[in-house]
Amino acid sequence: MSAPRILYCHCNYAQVVPRETKEAVLRHLCSGGAAFEAVADLCEMSARKDGALQRLADPNGGGVRIAACFPRAVKWLFASAGAPLTSDRVEVLNMRVQPAQEIVEALGRPELRPNLPSGKETTESSPS
Amino acid sequence: MSTLTEPTLRIVFFEGETASHWPGETLFETMSVLLGKGYALTRPQPGGRVSPHDRGETVWLGQFEGAVVPEPMDRADRARFLDVSGMPAEAVAEKVEARRGEAKAVEHGLWKPWFPVIDYDRCTNCMQCLSFCLFGVYGVDEQQKIQAQNLDQCKTNCPACSRVCPEAAIMFPKYKSGPINGDQVSDADLNREKMKIDISALLGGDVYDMLRTRSERAKSRFSKERDSDKALAERQKCLTKLAQLTADVPREVLMSLPSPEEIARKAEEARQRAARHLGQMPEA
Ligand code: SF4
Ligand code: SF4
Repeated sequence: MSAPRILYCHCNYAQVVPRETKEAVLRHLCSGGAAFEAVADLCEMSARKDGALQRLADPNGGGVRIAACFPRAVKWLFASAGAPLTSDRVEVLNMRVQPAQEIVEALGRPELRPNLPSGKETTESSPS
Repeated sequence: MSTLTEPTLRIVFFEGETASHWPGETLFETMSVLLGKGYALTRPQPGGRVSPHDRGETVWLGQFEGAVVPEPMDRADRARFLDVSGMPAEAVAEKVEARRGEAKAVEHGLWKPWFPVIDYDRCTNCMQCLSFCLFGVYGVDEQQKIQAQNLDQCKTNCPACSRVCPEAAIMFPKYKSGPINGDQVSDADLNREKMKIDISALLGGDVYDMLRTRSERAKSRFSKERDSDKALAERQKCLTKLAQLTADVPREVLMSLPSPEEIARKAEEARQRAARHLGQMPEA
């Protein structure tokens, strides 16, 4: 099976993804030899229902690995643009909360760890 | 929504054949600048194929260093090769921007992409968001299913409608905290009162009640000094106070609320639209 395709989101129009994380991830991708796609802002592409999202959502042989933000947000941004992701063929790496090193390691893993939410998931309330 | 429908450029970093390899740091710097200008970029395998761009032109950037720069094979392919040998990132970006102008592709970044994203795993189609939003962002599709439609009418940085959704199904991915930003929803979120705001606060009730109380008090004390500037200042103070109470509804949003009568009219229209879609009222 081929390696997962890689999509990196730069979250250009907000400061919600730590700059250092974005830089470290993009620098890692640029210094390696693998093919990848980098988009300025998936939110903007979703709003414009950009046809490129269909191509980016295509899991092809090895699935898609997306470095962006929360998997639930990524799932519905693609879906609302008419380019739904294939649940069991997509792994979202969350640059808002995961450290850059963890993301870089995940980008190099040969096997995909699909993690899109399915159904109405609710975490247990923590006792407070 | 013209900026959302205009063509875009797709940028491909070309290497192999007549173009030399992009060194990692040069690639990083050039990509960083182009991403900052809103472009979508592809780094294919050397010599790899790239499918045509669906809505606009594909621009291939190559370090040709004196070698022949390829001509587009087919004009219908809307492909263009640019020689950027030895250029610093900013100069590459200028060249791409010039091409964007010639190709009449959209200038990105004129609109902050801030809009509600619905989690249909959670949504129950209750239409509360539609009856709440005064700005016409929500509508329904042919199956009467709620949709965010007029995205550029959404008020930047205002997450208010996500707080009236009983299922926490409305996300703003660029919001600062969860679950509105797309983080998982917890039971506590669903029960937490601060997750919710009083609809009447934005539909005018509380705002105008506060304004009236304050202005009546002011009238009795300073009736002779009152002028329209003072009234405006009072309105601002009052709305700032309300903005503090509702924590994260931006002041500009509260300041741009229409008149009480206008709000009442829009609210009634929105309520009727929602009721119609829920089958509770005949079509007008
Ligand atoms: S998808 Fe997430 S990371 Fe990408 S632009 Fe939107 S909020 Fe930012
Ligand atoms: S308020 Fe929430 S649950 Fe109700 S229709 Fe809107 S998104 Fe769906």
